[in-house]
Parts: sequence; C-alpha cells; structure tokens
Amino acid sequence: MTVHPIIAALRKHKAGVVLIALQIALTLAIICNAIFIIGQRIERVNQPTGMHEENDLFLITQHWVGAPSADDPAGLEKLDSMQQADLAALRNLPDVASAAPIRSLPLLHSGSVGGIGLKPLQQKSTIDSNFYYGDEQALSTLGLQLIAGRAFTAADVQHKPMRDESEPVLAIITKPIADKLFPQGNAVGKVIYLDSSSTPTTIVGVVARLQSAVDTEGSSLTWYSALFPVRQDANFSRTVVRAKPGRLDAAMRAVGPALYAVNPMRVIDEEHGVRSFTDIRADAYRADLGMAILMSVVCLILLSITAAGIVGLTSFWVGQRQRQIGVRRALGARKIDILHYFQLENLLIAGIGAVVGILLAVGLNLWLITRFEMDRMPVIYVLVGVLAVLALGQAAVYVPARRASNVPPVTATRAA
Amino acid sequence: MFVYYLTLGLRSLRRNPALTVLMVMSIGLGVAASMTTWSVFRAVSGNPIPDKAAQLYTPQIDNWGPQQNEKGEPPSALSYTDAIALMHAHQAMQQTLLYPVQLSVLPGGSRSLPIAVNGYAVSGDFFPMFEVPFQYGSGWSTADDEGRTAIAVLSEEFNQKLFGGANSVGREITLDGHDYRIVGVTRHWDPKPRFFALFGSSGFEDPADFYVPFTRALDLQIDTAGNNSCRGKLTATGWDDWLRSNCVWVTPWVELDSASEVARYRQFLEGYAADQQRAGRFAWPPNVRLRNVMQWLDFQHVVPSESRISLLVSLGFFAICLINTIGLLLAKFMRRAAEIGVRRALGASRREIYKQYLMEAATVGVAGGVLGLLLTAVGISGTGLLFTPEIARLAHLDLSLVGLTLVVAILATVAAAFYPAWRAAQVQPAWQLKSN
Repeated sequence: MTVHPIIAALRKHKAGVVLIALQIALTLAIICNAIFIIGQRIERVNQPTGMHEENDLFLITQHWVGAPSADDPAGLEKLDSMQQADLAALRNLPDVASAAPIRSLPLLHSGSVGGIGLKPLQQKSTIDSNFYYGDEQALSTLGLQLIAGRAFTAADVQHKPMRDESEPVLAIITKPIADKLFPQGNAVGKVIYLDSSSTPTTIVGVVARLQSAVDTEGSSLTWYSALFPVRQDANFSRTVVRAKPGRLDAAMRAVGPALYAVNPMRVIDEEHGVRSFTDIRADAYRADLGMAILMSVVCLILLSITAAGIVGLTSFWVGQRQRQIGVRRALGARKIDILHYFQLENLLIAGIGAVVGILLAVGLNLWLITRFEMDRMPVIYVLVGVLAVLALGQAAVYVPARRASNVPPVTATRAA
Repeated sequence: MFVYYLTLGLRSLRRNPALTVLMVMSIGLGVAASMTTWSVFRAVSGNPIPDKAAQLYTPQIDNWGPQQNEKGEPPSALSYTDAIALMHAHQAMQQTLLYPVQLSVLPGGSRSLPIAVNGYAVSGDFFPMFEVPFQYGSGWSTADDEGRTAIAVLSEEFNQKLFGGANSVGREITLDGHDYRIVGVTRHWDPKPRFFALFGSSGFEDPADFYVPFTRALDLQIDTAGNNSCRGKLTATGWDDWLRSNCVWVTPWVELDSASEVARYRQFLEGYAADQQRAGRFAWPPNVRLRNVMQWLDFQHVVPSESRISLLVSLGFFAICLINTIGLLLAKFMRRAAEIGVRRALGASRREIYKQYLMEAATVGVAGGVLGLLLTAVGISGTGLLFTPEIARLAHLDLSLVGLTLVVAILATVAAAFYPAWRAAQVQPAWQLKSN
C-alpha cells in the first residue's frame, strides 16, 4: 500500500490530525518523564539501610522532667545513672532482645553531622559524615554487618554531656568512608581527625553499610556514617530497642509502663515517644511513594484518555468516509486493505506525534533538571515511551478500523 | 434563545452518550487533578501575614565564612553572639529574637504524668510585630525582657486544656519545674506556613502552646528544640561555651516600615560585619542578607517540591484532556453538518450557529465541573498519600475552591469549543443540502 493517498486524505482533516498528534506528543512527554520519576523513587524507597531485620527495631525518645544539668559533674553522673537504670529495665523486658542508647537512627531526619579529616587541625574536613553515638550494644542492636576490625567493648564506652564536643577516642566507620579515605584498604587501626580537631580518633572497625540519619537528597553523605562509643547524657535520651522476633508490638507496649515504673518524672510523647522503625521508614519515604503512586495513576488515566480520543476521532472519520470506503471496496479492495489503511494512517499520525513528543520529553526533562535538580533521563525511557504510544494508537484504532472494513461495497451505489 | 440552545445542547448530549461520557470524564478528571494539587499548593504557598509581609525582615550574617557556609549563603539563623549584638544595637523600631523550646507540664497537678508542650522563647516585641491577637491580657514590655521576668503567654488551646478556658491572667504555671506568671492568653493564632520559625521546622507543625521571654529562657539554660548547626573545630564543653561558639540557632526578626529604613538597616548589617572583620572575628568580607517574609519563605523552600511537581503534572494532564475534548467536540459537531446546513438555509446566521455550539459545550463543561467537584473531594481526601499529615490537612474543599472548579471547567470547555464551533459555523448550507 502506498502512503500517498493517506497523506492526501489527511490534508482534508488537518485539525483532527494536529489534535491527535499533539495529544500523543504531550502524552509521550509526560509519561516517559513520569515513568522515570517512578523508577527513581521506587529505587530510593527500596534501598537497604544496612540494619539487619530492621522491622524488629523501635526507638524510644523521652525527656526528663526536672533533671539536673549535664554541665556540672554531679549532674552528669546523676543523668548517666538515670539513663543506665532505664537501659537495665528495658534489657530486662521479656520481649526485648537488646537495647542501646543512640543519638539517632537512619531516616529519622534528625541527627548529627560532622567533618572527618586525615590530618590534625585540617582547615576543611575531607568528608562530611553522620555521627552516631552509642554504647557497646549499639552495633548488635542495630544489626550492622561488621566486615573488618572489632565491635566496641564495655570498656571503650565513655559518657559525656551532649554539648561536650571533645573528640571520641575510637570509631567504627562505614565501608564507603573507608574506601574514600583509605583507598589502599586496611582502614582498621588508622587515625582520623573529627571536626578539624587536633586529637586523633582511632578506627577499630568497619561496617558494610549504615544509612544517613539526616535528609541528604542523594549526596554522598547518604552512606558516610561513623559510630562512636559514647553514651550522651542530656535532658532527653534516645534508646534503640530490638524486639525478639515477632514480639515487636508486645515489646513496644511494655516499655512505657516499665520506664514510668523506674522514674515517673519524664515525658514520653504519646504519638512519637515510642516509634517502630517501620513507621520511621514509612514517614521518610512517604513523599517518594506518594509521588510514584500519583505518577502511575496519572499515566494510566492519560493513556486511557488518549486512547479514547483516538477512538472518538477515528470513528468520526470512518463515519464521514463511508461512501469512499464503499467505492474502494466496490473497486476491489479487500477488507484487510481497508483495515490496513486506517492502521497505517494512525501510525503516520502517531509517528509525527512521537517525533514531536521526543523533543518535548527531552525538553521537559532538561527543565526539570534545572528547576528541581532531577537527574538526566536515560534514552531507554523515551524509546519505551515511543513504543508504548505507537502500540496504544494501534490498539485504539483497531475498533473503528474494523468497523470501516465491514462497510459493504454496496454503500457506493447508494445516494449519499 | 438561551434556553432553547440549552435544551438543544442537552438533547444533543443524550444523542451520543458514549462521546458525551468521554468528554465529561476528560474534563472532570483534568479539572479534579488540577484542583486537588492546587488546593495543596495554595495552602503551602500562601502569604501567612498579608498585612505586614513586606515590613517584616529577617537579617542573616555569615559567621562561618566562605569555606564552611552553604554555597556562599550565610546560615539560616544567627549565633548567640551576633543575635545579642543586633538586639543591643536596636536599629529597628521593633525587633525580636526567638527559638523553639519544648518543656513539660503536669496538666492535672503534681500527681499526673508530665506531658510535653511546645512554645517559643521570644522578645516582647514579638506580639505587636506579628499581630498576635489576645483573648485575655497582653504580651510583655521591653522592661520585662530586660528584667528577665518569669512570665508567660499561653495559647487559647493550651489555656483551654489547663484552665478550662477561664481568664488565667495572673495565675502561675509550672513548666519544667519553673514557675511563670501568666500575663496573656492569645486567641487562636496559627499562620501557615509558620514563617517566623523555620530553622528546624517545615513550617506546618501544630501551633505553639506558650511563649516565654527569650532572656528568661537563657537564664534557665533551656535548649533549643529546633536546629543547632555548628561548623569547624568545636571546643564547647558546656552552656557558656556553646553560647560563645559559632553554632547558629537564634532566629531574628525586625520590622522596617519604609524602603529607606530597609536600606539603612542593610547598611547597618554590612557595617556590623565589617566591624567583626576588623576585630578579627570574621576573616572574610561582610556577607549579610536581609529578606522579607515572602523572600524568606522562597529561600527556605517552604513549598515542598512534591507540591510544585504534582501541580505541574496535573496542569499538563489537564491540557491533554482539553486537547482531547477539542477533538471530540470537533467530531461531534461536524457529524451534524447536515443539520447545520438546514438551519443556515432557513436563515440562521453564523453567529447563531456559533452561539448554539458554544452553549452545547458549556453544558458539557457544567457536567464536567460537577464530576470534577466530586473527584476533587476524593482527591483532597487522598492528599495524605503524598504529603505529610501536617500539610495534607491544610488542603480542603471550601466555597472558593468549589466555585473555581466549576468556573475553570466551564471556561476551559467553552475555550476548547471555539475552534470546533467555528468550524461548525463555516459549514456551507448549499453543499449540505445538495448532498442530502
């Protein structure tokens, strides 16, 4: 079949052609960007934090009422013994596997960030990193995977006021930090300097992975974390608890009464005082997941509306051309020829739309990059999008084209 | 004629139910998506204090230097040293420092369990500057600031919880074991976004329960409940060291009523930073900012990027729906070329045809608008999927949104009908009559 008569016929329907092509172009531009965004968000949501069996974890945040200041030595000791009493009570609960004081947790969007350098008094630190503070049980409670060196022992743990900025003696770092600072390997035993300090901190262990506690939006900080053997004392405390498998709810219910029994002069917020890690994770990724769902719904509706538009306009053309179709059939065209005619016509229009759509899609992506710091979209998304809209056009045109092919040749003889 | 065209339009919609449903769905979905995302965007991008947004300014001073600041921008809060220096210089008519605090209170006397309450440590000027409405009593004076008095202003809600809504002015409240005399109770006051305290907050949290003097909070060494951001080598081991450090945590606001005052204040900031450089405290040239409320909200990216992106996506979606509607209307109108021919031959002018078909489109628009309204209500109840609960609950279907939804749906459909109706009006009566 030659294309020439199709183009000649389309000249008579410029408006319809432009409308369908434009609709396909815009649909293409939006869906390939949307699918790209969906893919990125899903990938983010699925990345592991580095904590083993993290769904058994929960976090307790509580504030002391009328507690002494950690700034003077007596107050500090008092605060520390209060914290120790809490930890002992929590570790004694039947549904609790282990518990450790902790400054923050991955994805909590609240934490401490500092600099790590290789030389004393380094003006600008080599990297920024999350600083986690915990005791000798922190590593096992979090379920981190130690790949070199050793965990902290009880003797390693210092306790200090939270505002005390003196540098810890020992550290465990994540593999990404070890790879960055010591590319030759063997980070264990090496010395680092925190926050441009002059006092060295010795690396005793390396863990495979530990995600950031603060919102990092894809920067390298996401995987740069360091854990220090420090129990921080302040007018509030945070404790990470690992429940025994399957006992999370029971353990979470038990902590409130247990802690109030130790000391009632404290505030445990009803909503956020005791939070499961599942909840923290869901909160952190709510926008990502919501965005993915929203984009999927928009894509689905867009595709159906575009398909419906094609069905509507093509049906109209088929109705208009009844007589011409009859003539062609009377002159010897088979049903399949008529069917192919409309299919090819749609392919042409969709093709034009797709070409314009590719330009729009790339343009939209470039604009999103400048306005929303999004990443460049790989070409594959555009190609898949093009195939999708072409297939959609063919599927949508099939019904009216079938009806056209069923127009009997006798129509030609009827007076129109 | 209007009513006649309306009935013609309705009759025509019934003649082609599939096409009509398609158009109505198209318009309905498009307008609902746009209105749902707009309702969130409207809530998060609004002006929280329209009367004074142009007079309230927050100064920023770079105390971190080019090596450690955020891409050349000064930090988003002041260090204690700079904050106190600005207050003492007193270069603005009204000025306040503030930081968020979280304290505990025993709601049912000494035998109950403590609960946490949130508030702000502020200066006395805070209340007139931000036009805080009062139910009982008032704020406090500069003398109270200087006297470091133990006084507090409660919110209407907190006063309701604690005192059953009675006039509690003059009574005592114990926060974290310290007594404060209540001097005022505000009316419900909750500007969204909470422009004045964005350091460590999204701007959409629950309203404050209380306000206490900044100076008193310092005396009691109450920590900030917001962000505390420090740079470089830290040597602090206690409260006093912390105050002297480069850690930023205090938010300043000044009221400047005219352009000349703004210029003068900016000059003062430059001068202050230059003095610090001369004194050797800053090793870099002055780097200061003075932003008003809307500039500050913009700089702090208060509008979540999800809100902008979803609004853009749904507008694009609406555009496609409209193009779709143009095509469908064209098909629908042109199918009736014969009928138009008859009408034209019987004396109807092009204008009349044009009017008739725009009217028909308007009926589609109304139906689309009503569907859009229902879908918008569904959409708004689903905003929690994408946004945090604090933001999601800001989106609601009020009268203005209902009106906007209907108007947008009708206007958009009529606009989409311009071309198809014009084509209908161009139909040559002679041709149509002949071929029939």
